[in-house]
Amino acid sequence: MPGFAETFLNLAIMQAALPYLLQGLWTTLLLVALVVPLGIAGGLAVALLYRSPRRRVRWPLILYVDFFRAFPPLVLLIFLYAGLPFAGLEIGAFTAVAIGFFLNTSAYYGEVLRAGIESVPRGQMEAARSTGLSAGRAMAWVILPQAVRNVLPDLVGNTLEVVKLTSLASVVALPELLFAARQAQSLTYNPSPIVLAAVIYFVLLWPFVRLLSRLEHRMLAAR
Amino acid sequence: MTREPPVLSIRGLRKSFGAVEVLRGIDLDVQPRELVFVIGPSGSGKSTLLRCCNRLEEPSNGSIHFDGTDILSPRTDINAVRRRIGMVFQNFNLYPHMTAAGNVMLALRQVLKKDRREAEAIAGEALARVGLADKRGAYPNELSGGQQQRVAIARALALEPKAVLFDEPTSALDPELVGSVLQVMRDLRQAGMTMVVVSHEMGFARAAADRVVFMDQGEIVEQGPPDTVFGAPRHARTRAFVEQIVRH
Repeated sequence: MPGFAETFLNLAIMQAALPYLLQGLWTTLLLVALVVPLGIAGGLAVALLYRSPRRRVRWPLILYVDFFRAFPPLVLLIFLYAGLPFAGLEIGAFTAVAIGFFLNTSAYYGEVLRAGIESVPRGQMEAARSTGLSAGRAMAWVILPQAVRNVLPDLVGNTLEVVKLTSLASVVALPELLFAARQAQSLTYNPSPIVLAAVIYFVLLWPFVRLLSRLEHRMLAAR
Repeated sequence: MTREPPVLSIRGLRKSFGAVEVLRGIDLDVQPRELVFVIGPSGSGKSTLLRCCNRLEEPSNGSIHFDGTDILSPRTDINAVRRRIGMVFQNFNLYPHMTAAGNVMLALRQVLKKDRREAEAIAGEALARVGLADKRGAYPNELSGGQQQRVAIARALALEPKAVLFDEPTSALDPELVGSVLQVMRDLRQAGMTMVVVSHEMGFARAAADRVVFMDQGEIVEQGPPDTVFGAPRHARTRAFVEQIVRH
């Protein structure tokens, strides 16, 4: 039986798999670059629409946010990819991932941003409006900067989750980092590529985890 | 001398929050350069009255004309009206993420579309006017309450308003900081600014107000020169209220 190092930390295999995994990493980063801005934009739309005094507007938003926060993203993804074709909707792996992650992350970002906007005292909007700013400009210049600052740890934490979420795309054969590692694993019949993928995820995310930790401490200190 | 039209003209103003009628038919004219003081017990509707004047509160009924403009008309651009009515709040409501100068400049840049240099110059002047020329780079949390309120006044003045509304401007201040804010208001009056002030600062009212309006339960009970309203009130309700704040 081969030793632990040879099995899990096989440098020769890692070296051979590295270019392949870096290609996967590139796809992961592309996915993040697509899903995070779209999710934030969608979340912002949810948070802004939620300010509507009309129940007819707020009610569906609550439903949307609750539904997609409760719906496991993996189930959603498999449904979009493997379920929709039964309705004659063949959407492909990338589109399924993009739609699924957008629905999931926009619900989370929406909830975070809504809480941020609500954390800004009412008087801020009144002061801005009293100087003649339109509601939109007051939102952009006065409310949102404070809202984002107030929920910055949640926004960073949520973004971390989104990066980790992208590994789910491997189940629909989108060649991101985890998928590439699994392919390399089955080709070499050795788990070292998975370990290497884990290391890459860690190196990628650790700075953000540190940042998050600092932000949380700062928020606590400011309180 | 011909009499100028009033800057602010309120007729039959009513405002309800749900079933509670907070303003029950207010008529009030404010003349150019006049300083009108509004007093009354809490819940009398005086802050609501003030907030209706720039439609931070939407009146239920009645009319308000500001500088000849019917501000309740759906055709009126309320943002255009608001930049000509300054407002100063009890809790200052400075933008905490902007410096003192940034607070003053925001509307200059975003509403009046001034370029940065001009906006900075105007902000500098406005801050100098309230005695804070050296604080332009300070953030609100680095300023005392009195300084914050003066920045808020500078923010209102920078837009060259035709009138300024003060909603209990000194109520949130420690007693030793009240003087600096009142001094700025006194200077403003000297400069001929039209002002409507909701406040309990009786000493200031006696010294500076042209007219004191006493409100109770959503109505104007009595109004007149400060010496009359404070010294010889005609109504029992006014007398009771004045005695109470004198004792305080």
